[in-house]
Amino acid sequence: MTDVHVLTTPLGDEDVARLRAGDRVRISGVVYTARDAAHRRMIDCLDRGEPLPIPVEGQVIYYAGPSPAPPGRVIGSAGPTTSYRMDAYAPRLLELGLRATIGKGARSPEMVQAMMRNQAVYLAAIGGAAALIASSIKECEVLAYPELGPEAVRRLVVEDFPAIVANDIYGGNVYER
Amino acid sequence: MRTIEFETIAEAVADAAVDAARVLPDDVLCAITGARDRETLPLAKEILGQLLDNARVARDECMPLCQDCGLAVCFVRIGSGVTVTGAGIAEAINEGVRRGYERGYLRKSVVADPFERVNTGDNTPAIIHFDLVEGDELSIGFMAKGGGCENMSRVALLTPGQGRAGVINFVVEAVRSAGGNPCPPIIVGVGVGGSFEKAAILAKQSLLRRLDEPNPSKGLAALENEILGRVNALGIGPQGLGGDTTALGVHVEVFPCHIASLPVAVNIECHSHRTRRIVL
Repeated sequence: MTDVHVLTTPLGDEDVARLRAGDRVRISGVVYTARDAAHRRMIDCLDRGEPLPIPVEGQVIYYAGPSPAPPGRVIGSAGPTTSYRMDAYAPRLLELGLRATIGKGARSPEMVQAMMRNQAVYLAAIGGAAALIASSIKECEVLAYPELGPEAVRRLVVEDFPAIVANDIYGGNVYER
Repeated sequence: MRTIEFETIAEAVADAAVDAARVLPDDVLCAITGARDRETLPLAKEILGQLLDNARVARDECMPLCQDCGLAVCFVRIGSGVTVTGAGIAEAINEGVRRGYERGYLRKSVVADPFERVNTGDNTPAIIHFDLVEGDELSIGFMAKGGGCENMSRVALLTPGQGRAGVINFVVEAVRSAGGNPCPPIIVGVGVGGSFEKAAILAKQSLLRRLDEPNPSKGLAALENEILGRVNALGIGPQGLGGDTTALGVHVEVFPCHIASLPVAVNIECHSHRTRRIVL
């Protein structure tokens, strides 16, 4: 029997400790979007000792590049992109307290180790259920790198955003059967 | 002899791009529904149900099925008797993509240079493959091809000795190693024969076929079924989280090839299968 957990960001120790691979979650609160290009820039910031465009501690990053918002809508379709492309960058953010990433597909062994070391979880959203996922996004604001278009860093406010715990802090992994 | 207006082509492509982005073809809906009804794993069944819900929301709310509205790939059959006005057919197609991706609020996902990676801003250029034929027909097989599934595609030059079994093993291994990355349930396009690049083009072109139309060649239809069975036996399932359906279908196209070669290409397509056939 899998559990459904209601999570509100920012996330703390107790939040991640409750989660087991395969559990369902509903997330509410602020979530940041960033993909390949934004991650590359953020790592460059860290290397140069410059501040990041987003807070990291306790936060959640959603790997997504939404389609443009039609008139009257907060955001376009907004499903997850493939997570493994961010695995080269994500461990640096985990070390700074990033608590959860949302994407799709399995993470690299190095990323899985980094998540366990830093007590962070990986949540899977359903790839291609982009119109459905958009309905859980209530606010959307471009925060950094607007020139990246769909790959800009966005601050989302979500309500009951659905995801599945893919990797928990105990070594549980839905992609390994 | 026929003259076809630039505007006619551009508008037809624009309409196809927008419609394809939002409305899943009936054969794909049918295949996903069937997969959901047959699915024995509860999570997989739930995921397939959500994909059907997503298709309904996208159609009703005029939203893209997926935020990755894809790279436009067009297979053009153009008769020698056809003249296109204005800047010609390639530019007409690109203008259609430009218009469709703007008016449909579709994501612009094309970069001008693979190294510099600056977005072109209008989802052009399309990738266009031309087939020059006799007569005065003009038809365009339009496909919006997502990046995630495309990235899982493979080409290999097998030895003739590896034969049918080698081809099957190569396709199955490509799907296995892709796991959940291409957003299963997938559709698998396979090109066998030709040359290094022809096999890949065949694989992509095979994705224009309907899921409910078997291959007209009995031998290839049997091969498609065998590969489909082997792929689904991998148990990757929807989103790579396990299940009975990993692929909705397999399409194989073949072509003559060199006596020393057995080229095989696997083009992976996701369940947001955006295709339209434009006949002018």
